[in-house]
Amino acid sequence: MKLDRPDDRGRFGDYGGRFAPETLMPALDELERAFEKAWSDPAFVQRYHDLLTSYVGRPTPQHIAGRLSEQLGVTVILKREDLAHTGAHKINNAMGQGLLVGEMGKRRLIAETGAGQHGVATATAAAYFGLECAIYMGEKDIERQRLNVYRMRLLGAEVIPVTSGAGTLKDATNEAMREWVRSVEYTHYTIGSVVGPHPFPWIVREFQKVIGEESIVQLGGTLPDVVVACVGGGSNAAGMFYPYLDLGIDLVGVEAGGLGIETGKHGASIGAGSPGVLHGSRTYMLQDADGQVIEAHSVSAGLDYPGVGPEHSYFADQGMARYESVTDAEALDAVDLLARTEGIIPAIESAHAIAWVARERASLAGKTVLVNLSGRGDKDVEQIAQIRGLL
Amino acid sequence: MSADRLRELFATVRAEGRTAFLPFMTAGLPDPELSPSVFRAIEGADAFEVGIPYSDPLMDGPTIQAAGQTALKAGTTLDRGLAIAGGVAETTGKPVIIMTYANVIFQVGSERFAAKAADVGASAVIVADLPIDEAGPIQAAVEAVGLGMVLFVAPTTDERRVAQIVAADPVFVYGVAELGVTGERKESGGHAARLSERVRALSKVPLVMGVGISTPEQASAMRPLADGVIVGSALVRAVLDAPDTDTALRDLALISRRIADALR
Repeated sequence: MKLDRPDDRGRFGDYGGRFAPETLMPALDELERAFEKAWSDPAFVQRYHDLLTSYVGRPTPQHIAGRLSEQLGVTVILKREDLAHTGAHKINNAMGQGLLVGEMGKRRLIAETGAGQHGVATATAAAYFGLECAIYMGEKDIERQRLNVYRMRLLGAEVIPVTSGAGTLKDATNEAMREWVRSVEYTHYTIGSVVGPHPFPWIVREFQKVIGEESIVQLGGTLPDVVVACVGGGSNAAGMFYPYLDLGIDLVGVEAGGLGIETGKHGASIGAGSPGVLHGSRTYMLQDADGQVIEAHSVSAGLDYPGVGPEHSYFADQGMARYESVTDAEALDAVDLLARTEGIIPAIESAHAIAWVARERASLAGKTVLVNLSGRGDKDVEQIAQIRGLL
Repeated sequence: MSADRLRELFATVRAEGRTAFLPFMTAGLPDPELSPSVFRAIEGADAFEVGIPYSDPLMDGPTIQAAGQTALKAGTTLDRGLAIAGGVAETTGKPVIIMTYANVIFQVGSERFAAKAADVGASAVIVADLPIDEAGPIQAAVEAVGLGMVLFVAPTTDERRVAQIVAADPVFVYGVAELGVTGERKESGGHAARLSERVRALSKVPLVMGVGISTPEQASAMRPLADGVIVGSALVRAVLDAPDTDTALRDLALISRRIADALR
């Protein structure tokens, strides 16, 4: 059953909650109250949507990918979040939270970032609203997503390298949370996905559901057979799926299969993980028998994460959506496929969704498949060139 | 009832008009074999806080993070960590408090974890990422086997929450003396006095201050404010920084003795 919001303990069924240090609990309470008030205030909602229209460039286009459809024998519709300001869906949430911070009187934004898209979006929101900004990013991700590091710095944000763990998104999230524990009195943690302690998974889904809402309007009364989105933490998938729930549509989240599930080097938290507590909420995650978190692996920094949003765990258990995976190699091939058939270079994250459609084209033959193209691939060009030996 | 040993300790230190010294040390540092000697080197302890390492400790600064990684790499599992804690309880005769993170407990199950902790002779459990809102099932499991639950009060905790936390009857309240994660600090944020006042206005529950207390001076400053003081990072760093085990044990003895003396 589709839940408008988590229950009063911040849970979607068995998932979610608030496993956070006591120091943060009052800030989480304050954030929940501020969001509840703002989100039920038509004036705030109007300001948010005005901002999406005038600044973010919404609605983003949605169109049939003609040559791709012809090649796959599947009608593929693309929702073009890659055309939103800053190049990904992350801006919807960052501007929403930026607007909310105005209601709470905090002067500084911090955020974690993997691929750098959420870092860029948060730095953009900070510049727009006149706030200080610090972004935590794993050192491995700084290396493979350098373009976005420069963009954040151009926007006036401080980018803080995180060296703990594998130097990826999980570690950046740990460090952003630790910094929030220190500076919570004047800082808002602009979490970038539908993860973290309640109310974050709810807030981020609400600020992202505009994707699915627009998409339904743009389809003008016809509905697709299948809706596909990539899932790391799962914010673009949550925003796309939510309005499509309970309509009898096959919703497919595509996790990072990395080098193959059987190798243990992947980011398939739902596909190959088990329930536990990560970053403040109970959810599917990659862990060993002692509850130690296992490092994820993905060629895409944005999906290189050993957890997933708690609402996705709920969708998975309830059979409201299903979660599949594609490998690094399949995702990289899908970048080429979309580039050469449609003239669109997708982010490697978003290419996971395309790759699943390409792989499953036989079973999808004749169907209409809506793909959330969550971000553009400019940030990945250097990494892809390195992988292919072109640099 | 193992929690009673902690209650007796706080009754005694109150009667004696002093503040208890509760050193924290990561179990399995530098490795599971040497770890018991590290605990034995600590002088003047009234009780021990034994950290079961976790891969992603959100409430810990760089020192205790590094200690946890070292211990995990050296093969410290939950069972080995608990066995080390049991050894500390047995050899020192002091109460032992197990500190860890929620996922370590949930993975084995609250009841099984509590039973294991009771089996090794622990007195209480601290879970760094378990606020009162989520504490119910673990607290029930821990108390069912006679152990005490420790709950946190932070400088940011509002009056409604302080009341709720003391009403849950923790074996002691862990007062978070500084904003931020564990680790050494030169300057104090000055939050401890107000926090102590607020807890003591509502309850007689023992109050133990931790986070950011690393020098004898900082520990001594807590004497009028708390029934106990937790010192962690300063002791852990002595082990991490030492070139060899003998130096580590000697430094640890020296640092812990100075802090214990500052509390007498």
